Amino acid sequence: MKTIEQINEKISSGKAVVLTAEEIIDYVDKKGVEQAAKEVDVVTTATFGPMCSSGCFLNFGHSKPKMRITEAWLDDVSAYAGVAAVDLFLGATQLRANDPANIDYPGEFKFGGGHVMEKLIAGEEVQLFGLSYGTDDYPRRELRTTITIDDLNQAIMVNPRNCYQNYNVAVNASDKPIYTYLGYLKPHLKNCGYSSAGQLSPLLNDPYYRTIGVGTRVWLAGAQGHVYSEGTQHSPSCERGVLGVPSEGAGTLALTGDMKQMDPEFVRGVSLKGYGVSLSVGVGIPIPILDEQMLLQTTIRDRDIMAQVIDYSTDYPERTGKVLGNVSYEELKSGTIDLNGSKVKAGGLSSYGKARKIASILAEEIRNGKFTVTQPIAPLPVEQSMNPMKEV
Amino acid sequence: MAETITRKLMLYFPECETEKPIVYHLVKDYDLIINIFRARVTPEEEGYLVLDVTGTEENIEKGTSFIQSLDIRIDTTQKGVTREEERCAHCGSCVPHCPTNALSIPDRNTMDVEFNTEECIECLSCLKVCPFGAMKSLF
Repeated sequence: MKTIEQINEKISSGKAVVLTAEEIIDYVDKKGVEQAAKEVDVVTTATFGPMCSSGCFLNFGHSKPKMRITEAWLDDVSAYAGVAAVDLFLGATQLRANDPANIDYPGEFKFGGGHVMEKLIAGEEVQLFGLSYGTDDYPRRELRTTITIDDLNQAIMVNPRNCYQNYNVAVNASDKPIYTYLGYLKPHLKNCGYSSAGQLSPLLNDPYYRTIGVGTRVWLAGAQGHVYSEGTQHSPSCERGVLGVPSEGAGTLALTGDMKQMDPEFVRGVSLKGYGVSLSVGVGIPIPILDEQMLLQTTIRDRDIMAQVIDYSTDYPERTGKVLGNVSYEELKSGTIDLNGSKVKAGGLSSYGKARKIASILAEEIRNGKFTVTQPIAPLPVEQSMNPMKEV
Repeated sequence: MAETITRKLMLYFPECETEKPIVYHLVKDYDLIINIFRARVTPEEEGYLVLDVTGTEENIEKGTSFIQSLDIRIDTTQKGVTREEERCAHCGSCVPHCPTNALSIPDRNTMDVEFNTEECIECLSCLKVCPFGAMKSLF
């Protein structure tokens, strides 16, 4: 019905009709799919939550004399130096040197790679400490300096796994509290933790990756980034419900973007007590409404998106595959879920409020002609499973 | 009988005043009902005490004057536990852990988290679960 080119022409002329994945639900209820598909050009989706599989490549320029850095720390957080002379890779979940971790259980994990990334994007000074063995062409063996993001030649974020299509709901069926990446879980199923923007989440609005693929331009924390690959653990072959929406993890995206263009509001270091550090990132992805079917996909609502409740005290760590129950995001967002007859308090780790804000910002950028939609250069796999580790 | 009211106070003790039995006097001399939320009062060090006092307005006034006469500072602005608004991402992970609903999500459409300091009993549960370090304690 519409092509990417036609939609982009409308965007460029400032005439595109853009709604968020939340707004489109009522709009289609009111106008009907046929009429709405004619009118609406783009639906914006978004998410904001911990994306542990994140990091960045940084280039510092050369010191005088030159140094081939072999070990490096940024604000005392170790960065990987096994790349070129003054390139480093900083991982979001790397702890600060001498962090006691869980030696004093539960550890607080106040600062790590994700926090350094947040500081860089906020324009704050970060200390670089580097060591080397020295070579004929790179004689320097040690350096200590402070830099801001403006002093770097490149600061490029990479998220090998972002935008998990759906996610587990974690509970604790044991008789002692546990600390997980989905939060603090009280014993005897007293509370649960979840992490998804539900009806606003990108891959729940394009469940078969029809418009989102390799090369798709995305809004990554305010910068215009793109999908560079399927994400790690991309496993779309799974149980699917209403409109083909998966009820488990399923698809993932690998994203990248220029940190110099990012807004610190949407890149935040997080400390998960007893677990570790991570990075919360905000992502927005536009879905071009090519036809009625594509529009219909974007009308998915929280009550029709199901997630699996998993016991993180035994079944998750032991990989038993046992699922305690299924709940909808409508229930999760209400603050209490019903799990086999008992009431369980629900708390999110992703921020629906921030996801809403991102979907609106992106919609406005598209309306103003600043953000166009893209034809993927390669599709994401639609049939693929994830294998467990091969152990001897 | 005069109507009773409840007021939440935070007392700040300079080093020298930590040895007087203040709570005893508030109960005995001014007929106040005391509910202590949180205290850190160590001899030779400055200290803090956060409490609810319930009684007639007159008795509360008299009681607070007595406290002030001991050079103890009274703060009613409820800054024992605060939220750094810029750091809060409104994820809501604190909400199920808040025993008094001081942290709540009144509108489940926007999912914004509100912090009502009046309801806060300073149990510090939120500080332990906030991934963004948005919840702070003065002491």
